[in-house]
Amino acid sequence: MLLRLLFRNAFRHKLRTALTVCGMAVAVLAFCLLRTVIAAWYAGVAASSANRLITRNAISLVFSLPLSYKDRIRGVEGVKTVSYGNWFGAYYVEQKNFFANFAVEPRTYMELYPEYIILPEQREAFYRDRKGCVVGRKLAKRFSWRVNDTVTLIGTIFPGNWEFVVRGIYDGRDDTIDDTQFFFHWDYLNETLKLTVARRADQVGFYIVGLSDPNRAAATAAAIDAVFKNSFAETLTETERAFQMGFVSMSEAILTAIRLVSLVIIVIIMAVVANTMAMSVRERLGEYVVFKTLGFRGRYLAGMILGESLLITGLGGVLGILLTFPAAEGFRRAVGTWFPVFRVEPETIYLAIAATLVVGVVAAVLPVWHVTTVRIAEGLRRIG
Amino acid sequence: MGLLFAYSFRNLLTRRLTTFLTATGMALVVFVFASMLMLADGLEKTLVETGSFDNVVVTRRSSGSEVQSGIDRLQAAIVETQPEVAIGLNGRSLLAKELVVLIVLQKRGTDAPANVVIRGISENSLALRPQVRLAAGRMPRPGSSEIVVGESVAKRFKGVEFGATMFFAMRTWTVVGIFDAGNTGFTSEIWGDVDQFMPAFRRPVYSSVIFRLRNSSEFDTLKARIESDPRLTLEARRETSYYRDQSKAMAKFLSILGLSLTIIFSVGAVVGAMITMYAAVGNRTTEIGTLRSLGFQRRTILFAFLLESLILGVIGGCAGLFFAAFLQFFTVSTTNFQTFSELAFSFTLTPTTVGKGLAFSLLMGFVGGVLPAFKASRLNIVEALRSV
Amino acid sequence: MAAIVEIVEVSKSYRRGSYLLPVLTDISLVIEAGAFLALMGPSGSGKTTLLNLIAGLDQADEGVIRVGGVDITSLSESELAAWRAGHVGFIFQFYNLIPVLTAFENVELPLMLSGLSKKDRQEHAAMALGLVNLQDRMAHYPGQLSGGQQQRVAIARAVVTDPTILVADEPTGDLDRGSAEEVLALMERLSGDLGKTIIMVTHDPRAARKARSMKYLDKGVLADAPQITISECL
Repeated sequence: MLLRLLFRNAFRHKLRTALTVCGMAVAVLAFCLLRTVIAAWYAGVAASSANRLITRNAISLVFSLPLSYKDRIRGVEGVKTVSYGNWFGAYYVEQKNFFANFAVEPRTYMELYPEYIILPEQREAFYRDRKGCVVGRKLAKRFSWRVNDTVTLIGTIFPGNWEFVVRGIYDGRDDTIDDTQFFFHWDYLNETLKLTVARRADQVGFYIVGLSDPNRAAATAAAIDAVFKNSFAETLTETERAFQMGFVSMSEAILTAIRLVSLVIIVIIMAVVANTMAMSVRERLGEYVVFKTLGFRGRYLAGMILGESLLITGLGGVLGILLTFPAAEGFRRAVGTWFPVFRVEPETIYLAIAATLVVGVVAAVLPVWHVTTVRIAEGLRRIG
Repeated sequence: MGLLFAYSFRNLLTRRLTTFLTATGMALVVFVFASMLMLADGLEKTLVETGSFDNVVVTRRSSGSEVQSGIDRLQAAIVETQPEVAIGLNGRSLLAKELVVLIVLQKRGTDAPANVVIRGISENSLALRPQVRLAAGRMPRPGSSEIVVGESVAKRFKGVEFGATMFFAMRTWTVVGIFDAGNTGFTSEIWGDVDQFMPAFRRPVYSSVIFRLRNSSEFDTLKARIESDPRLTLEARRETSYYRDQSKAMAKFLSILGLSLTIIFSVGAVVGAMITMYAAVGNRTTEIGTLRSLGFQRRTILFAFLLESLILGVIGGCAGLFFAAFLQFFTVSTTNFQTFSELAFSFTLTPTTVGKGLAFSLLMGFVGGVLPAFKASRLNIVEALRSV
Repeated sequence: MAAIVEIVEVSKSYRRGSYLLPVLTDISLVIEAGAFLALMGPSGSGKTTLLNLIAGLDQADEGVIRVGGVDITSLSESELAAWRAGHVGFIFQFYNLIPVLTAFENVELPLMLSGLSKKDRQEHAAMALGLVNLQDRMAHYPGQLSGGQQQRVAIARAVVTDPTILVADEPTGDLDRGSAEEVLALMERLSGDLGKTIIMVTHDPRAARKARSMKYLDKGVLADAPQITISECL
């Protein structure tokens, strides 16, 4: 009976209910979309591993480290594997075709990144061909690259036209892994440099260190840095997570603003739904009073109003959540080049549901109070 | 028609809470809309002001920004001999060869690290940038380990105040001055002697060559010659274009984000306005019937309700713009995606933005009110009078 | 006396869901200038419907209605609205004053449609309020006036345009005895001293007594005296 009442009351004013549901849906959509954008920023952090350290020049990423450091790092206690690479920063055909490309030491790199899944024969082909490269599936799809295609990149940091052969396409272990990366042999870069700009050869952009014991990450990092202290290229070693966080914190101002906005949205929609509920209840005050005269207790009336409020916010919330997925997809298409991993997290959905419930309850508070405290005689006077 | 306006306006005043809530919704949308426009304008202003139209920036071809660029001494010398380079007061070319690298500093307060631009300058560098002037102390002596720091850097980062000593690139440096660069990007930089920086950072090449054109119209000739010279792998851009290019990605991202938010919010505000106006029509059904019985035409009723909704929009719009104007006291500092370095800029409110904000709020008022106003005008007189 | 309202074979039905409910069937009536007519009958008999048709608030399905020589059944909706502005004064049971306008502004309101200058409008409004003896309450809002005072403002509004006919739907229905007396006395004066034609729908016997002629409407049929059937007597 109660359920029947709820439904019919909610849809008595079809247009008003439809509009309120719409408003709620929009608010939930905005909330989810904003949180997804923030999560995209932290994607690198989320995907980082506790088993890896990044070693780079202490001054900034703009400066390189000598190749000779490799063996000395390997000698540090707690270090299991050492790989290295350079940020290559080239583009494909046009400057706006931006994606991450690296020159890496192939075998150690693949060993340190088990989350890149690649067919064994492709991996072997990559190892054998010095001009070979491995690209992520999303990147390959974007430019329609297939295995054995020849791809030419235009260098920025290392100028010139660089020719590669696609030897493998990798998939991320799950959808938190960036599958828009491009990596190739470090030796190809280095040998070319020795012939053209010799002074830039044998320089490494960063070292990636695999730990034998992840619990000793901080100690191992400190040990590595101690080796190179007071040399002309001092190092800064940190966990991959801290390294990725460094990038995120550079855009802190924007992130804070976005977080603030997502909260404000919820507050505003609360006001709108509360206004609607207050209006509806005010109009029907006489009816609620009649319920009272019939003997129904305040609790029942509260349940009616709360139920109606939750019904409206619930419909809006569900609609908003459903719309989030296509909207996120649209957003990803627009800014996907800057955010390789753009997905709607389960946590976002849970929070959206929680927000829906909170708004539904808060919007019902004043009307419930009003209905339970109004005197019968006064309420009846309003009818007719 | 003053009575009509009074009618619409007073009806808004009667239901104060609802009017307030609805207007607040619209104000919020206009606030977000205006602040996005202001941010984009502020960013543009900073980057455009950072350059002089008559200056030319030469970097390595397709290097994007100075940080990625490298020009060796030979190539720099060739650029120096170009006839279009202006001659300075001292009789020598008004040209500077500079080195640009990034170092990591800790921000005040949050301790978060950020990349800061360090620029090795030569004697003409200051003359080439009229927007920059010393606010305190003096310029570094050539050949010394002295540096000057931009105001934004001094404000936001640790250990860079006037008189402080910094340690980087295996050497100690002393801050001997602070420079004021207004709204330009230079305010987020640290400057020192290029001939000291190059060995310290072990960079044997320059990042860029900057000079003043003796005659602004000669730019195209100069550009063609530099870019077709087989000895050089360089590109030349006007300083203003160079800095504008630096912000493209950032500006695009901000405008997409701002636009999406504005669209989403405006749907919410319009929905709020519609709910309010439909309720207003519902509550005043008898009144509408009375007005019609007095002989007022349908379109007058339509207009009165539409006017009410538009007034609501204007109130919201003005409130939103009013609060947005206060943003001008804030400076945003964030990392520019393209140059990878710290950039500080502020919000700029232009008359165009005010106009757009008001127009937008009117549009929202119109969209929110048009359907309820139509409903009001189409009510049947007899049924309207009959309702209580 | 000249006929000011001529109702010729007028019929009106209302649609209720899927079927047609006839309310008035072939009604004919002539009302003379200066008449004070009370239209009475049981509820649902169609009195208000007839009143609405005369006042141009609704359109008849069949028949012709002429008011002051104008065939209002042939007018389009916007022509009818313009006609109403100058020729009909309506007095409602629940006053129907605009709550956000003062008494003065309420009375001035119909004159906005007349094309008079602001000065003339305000003169006329002041005069009308003087007629109903509420000059000292001009600046009050309806919420600050009693029921009787509100109805008097409504009457002032109804006469301010000097209309051809005055139409009243249960004018004393919501008033206490004292206020009802005041309002009826006013209407008597309007009819007697100023020669206004008044058509009034009412249940109230006191109101009916003030009128000079009466018609009864029952089940859509007009008569001079109430129809009482045997079964109703018993």
